[in-house]
Amino acid sequence: MSAESTTEEATSGFNIHPMDQFEVHPLFGDGAIHWYTPTNVTLWLGLTVVAAFLLLVVGSRGRAMVPSRSQSIAEMAYGFVRKMVEDITGKEGLKYFPHIMTVFTFILFANLLGLLPYSFSTTSHIAVTGVLALTVFLSVTVIGFVKNGPSFIKLFWVSSAPMALRPVLFLIELISYFVRPVSHSIRLGGNLMAGHAVVKVFAGFAGALGIGAVIPITAIVAVYGLELLVAFIQAYVFTILTVVYLNDALHPSH
Amino acid sequence: MATQDAAHAAETSVGMPQLDFATFPNQIFWLVVAIAVLYFIIAKVALPRIGSVIDDRHNAVANDIEQAAEFKRKAEEAEAAYNAALAEARAEAMRIAGEAKAEIKADVDAAIAKADAEIAAKSAESAVRIDEIRASALKSIEEVAGVAANDIVAAIMPSASDDKALKAAVAARLKG
Repeated sequence: MSAESTTEEATSGFNIHPMDQFEVHPLFGDGAIHWYTPTNVTLWLGLTVVAAFLLLVVGSRGRAMVPSRSQSIAEMAYGFVRKMVEDITGKEGLKYFPHIMTVFTFILFANLLGLLPYSFSTTSHIAVTGVLALTVFLSVTVIGFVKNGPSFIKLFWVSSAPMALRPVLFLIELISYFVRPVSHSIRLGGNLMAGHAVVKVFAGFAGALGIGAVIPITAIVAVYGLELLVAFIQAYVFTILTVVYLNDALHPSH
Repeated sequence: MATQDAAHAAETSVGMPQLDFATFPNQIFWLVVAIAVLYFIIAKVALPRIGSVIDDRHNAVANDIEQAAEFKRKAEEAEAAYNAALAEARAEAMRIAGEAKAEIKADVDAAIAKADAEIAAKSAESAVRIDEIRASALKSIEEVAGVAANDIVAAIMPSASDDKALKAAVAARLKG
């Protein structure tokens, strides 16, 4: 297979493989990928957990009244997510604050680590974002039915609309409810994947253009800045949508 | 080897490693492990710690503010007490000054009265003495005048010398 691709490259002139960075491969050896095989996914998921641990646990180990820099950042993240949960869902939602915080921390660090050169961005994989979004979807649906019983269906029954429209709206609301995990996961995975692929494409141009590489390198710097922003925004968006869905489950009446 | 080949085949055909379903079990397994570990770290260690630090700080700040208010209240109390003591002391001083003034005035009045009385007694005494002196002087004058008149009458008209008439005339003259 490798021989084939080399000949292809030789004929095309460009050596751009923007999707290679997303490939999953075993960490040790070259064997088959079983569900338990340690892969680069394992490595970068592990690094994500380690990074979160370093900031939130090691960073705040001083428990200082006047916080150190890392403790300030940890407290800022804490306050940011807690305020988000409290503002949207009220006091009842604070029970789920650790879960939301886990989601936010995980996505933020995975996004940021994915921006390191030669890294592997776990959140660009639909398998990862899809599991996260489905977990949110299922949890929220279960919470909705447990907290409200059958009246959770009211979420889809727009009581403020005219009676004739309500069945139609019910259908639309129902569909939109089930589309949630799809949009939720693809929004995150797609954003990450697209950005990283674009950077890689520009990098490929830079390799082929010689002295003219200044232009694609400038573009990489710009796109990288944008990607840094996207890393934060997508973590924020995923989290706030999770909280909004949670709020729907806690207070389903429109 | 066969699965790997199949995976590679799928990869090359779709061009997106994201849609290589052969890697999904692996990714999902490790994701669940990572999330479980991260959840444990966050829920059991990080959040309680950060939350308690923030609470402690909040309490400390609230305590400090409370304490500052307490100190301020105490300072105001002390000021009020100081002002009250000052006012009291001032009133006391005024009272003492008034008393002293009244006492002095009484003393002075008494002294003046005494002096007046003494003066009055002395002047009365003097008046008596003056009257006496005047009386004796008058008497002396009367005598001298009587003797002189007698001598004059004896010198001019010795025959007409009449003691009684002479005395009466002198007394009448002196009174007039």
